[in-house]
Amino acid sequence: MLRRGLVFVAVLAGLWALWEAYRAFGVAVSLTWPFEVNGRTMPHIHDMIGQLFEPSRRNGPLLIEVLGKAALFTAKEAAVGFALGAGVGFLIAVALVHSTLLQRGFLPYIVASQTIPILAIAPMVVVWLGGRGLPGWFSVSVIAAYLTFFPVAINALRGLQSADPRAHELMNSYAASRWTVLWKLRVPASLPYLFAAFKIAATACVVGAIIGELPASIQDGLGGAILNFNQYYASSPESLWATNIIAALLGIAFFLVIVLAEKLVVRRAPEHFV
Amino acid sequence: MNEQAAVVSLKSVTKDFARGGVRALEEIDLDVRPREFISLIGPSGCGKSTLLRIIGDLVQPTAGEVVVNGKQAHQARLDRDYGIVFQDAVLYDWRTVAKNIALPLEMLGWDRERRSERVGEMVKLVELAGFEDHYPWQLSGGMQQRVSIARALAFDPPLLLMDEPFGALDEMTRERMNMELLRIWQESGSTIVFVTHSIAEAVFLSTRVVVLSPRPARITGVVDNDLPQPRNTDTREQERFFELVTEVRELLRTGDRSGEELRA
Repeated sequence: MLRRGLVFVAVLAGLWALWEAYRAFGVAVSLTWPFEVNGRTMPHIHDMIGQLFEPSRRNGPLLIEVLGKAALFTAKEAAVGFALGAGVGFLIAVALVHSTLLQRGFLPYIVASQTIPILAIAPMVVVWLGGRGLPGWFSVSVIAAYLTFFPVAINALRGLQSADPRAHELMNSYAASRWTVLWKLRVPASLPYLFAAFKIAATACVVGAIIGELPASIQDGLGGAILNFNQYYASSPESLWATNIIAALLGIAFFLVIVLAEKLVVRRAPEHFV
Repeated sequence: MNEQAAVVSLKSVTKDFARGGVRALEEIDLDVRPREFISLIGPSGCGKSTLLRIIGDLVQPTAGEVVVNGKQAHQARLDRDYGIVFQDAVLYDWRTVAKNIALPLEMLGWDRERRSERVGEMVKLVELAGFEDHYPWQLSGGMQQRVSIARALAFDPPLLLMDEPFGALDEMTRERMNMELLRIWQESGSTIVFVTHSIAEAVFLSTRVVVLSPRPARITGVVDNDLPQPRNTDTREQERFFELVTEVRELLRTGDRSGEELRA
């Protein structure tokens, strides 16, 4: 645990050093390719972090407070989106695993659904759900769910099919019902696959929530903050960078929750853990 | 003994595999009486595992009749009349030893208390006391296979089907497992149909050895095994043991020859 902590700090320090070294080099030789290096294109990392502890506007709260609130708001959207998407994805997989016909008929459309850019879907979702009296952030959750359900459905399907044929024969010898096979064999066997999907989905739902806030015109989340600070990039690039750092931390937090849940839930040989 | 009393009764069982029209089994007739230990032996790929699965209603015969415990094989499976042990232990690796053994008991709807009581007994029977909370991957191959035997016997089925259960184990472990299986067989009072490709194992364990020919498998001969019970390590050194081994080997060779004649 201590070693992992040290590695983490060392990698972080290394990346920091790399950024600053490239920046210093770029400034020294007046680099113009691939882009000009200066305080606007590459602010100092300590400036980005310092910016978090500056007031967000004159006499306003500190930027970190503003972004913290925004991150919590986006986290709520993303978490609801994750639950929705994971649930729907899993149910789709359960349906498909029991019917080759459904699998052949529906799988292509499920794949096709992901080729439509989320920016094309998002406004429709907002229009559809906006008039239903649902809170605006719920539309964003649905958009996040749209990104979440796909990896979960595909991996869960694979996982539900992953048990050894002998393990199925054993169930057969007990004359087990489909339902019993599902709960006692297919689902437990699918857990490692499911958690691999959850890890992808955990970061995807955060991205989905942030992007979803834009067409939904929601100002309270990180998407709103990014849009806002984007407009002031010329005068204060550190604010946008600081927002990006918070967004990244939110994604990492979601990922870690899944890793933790996996350790609690999945009972496997130690080498199965990553 | 009349036919009603047979635990397994096969009449002209034939199996063709749809793919390529390969005939696996041809006109198999066999009666297994209660408390018998029957070995099915034959060259690899001859269809002996298929025959075992037909008895268990896991594979359907193309023709012929399969009666288990006095009913159609399908009904016998629905009634959970047999336990099965595969070549690999096929343990669910998210379940502990105790939970693996309890799996069929959960299916039968036994309550927790009754389950844990039976698991305790089974763990003792296969000499794994103290390993109840271990996961399969923490056990050796021999121990895993003992768990799988305990699981098959846990609900006290009248019939135990075993498909080369010790095939993946080393010789020493295998001989020890043979001894344990005989002890378990005597203590549990079940009837066993045992698939193997080891002549020595078949002769050491069985009350009757059924010799199958290469594909399509027919019964080349049945050897009545009169080696005294209970058997022990000395059994393998008796002259009669070697005579029986020779007899089985001869039958296997006959099966081979007749197969060649058929092909010629």
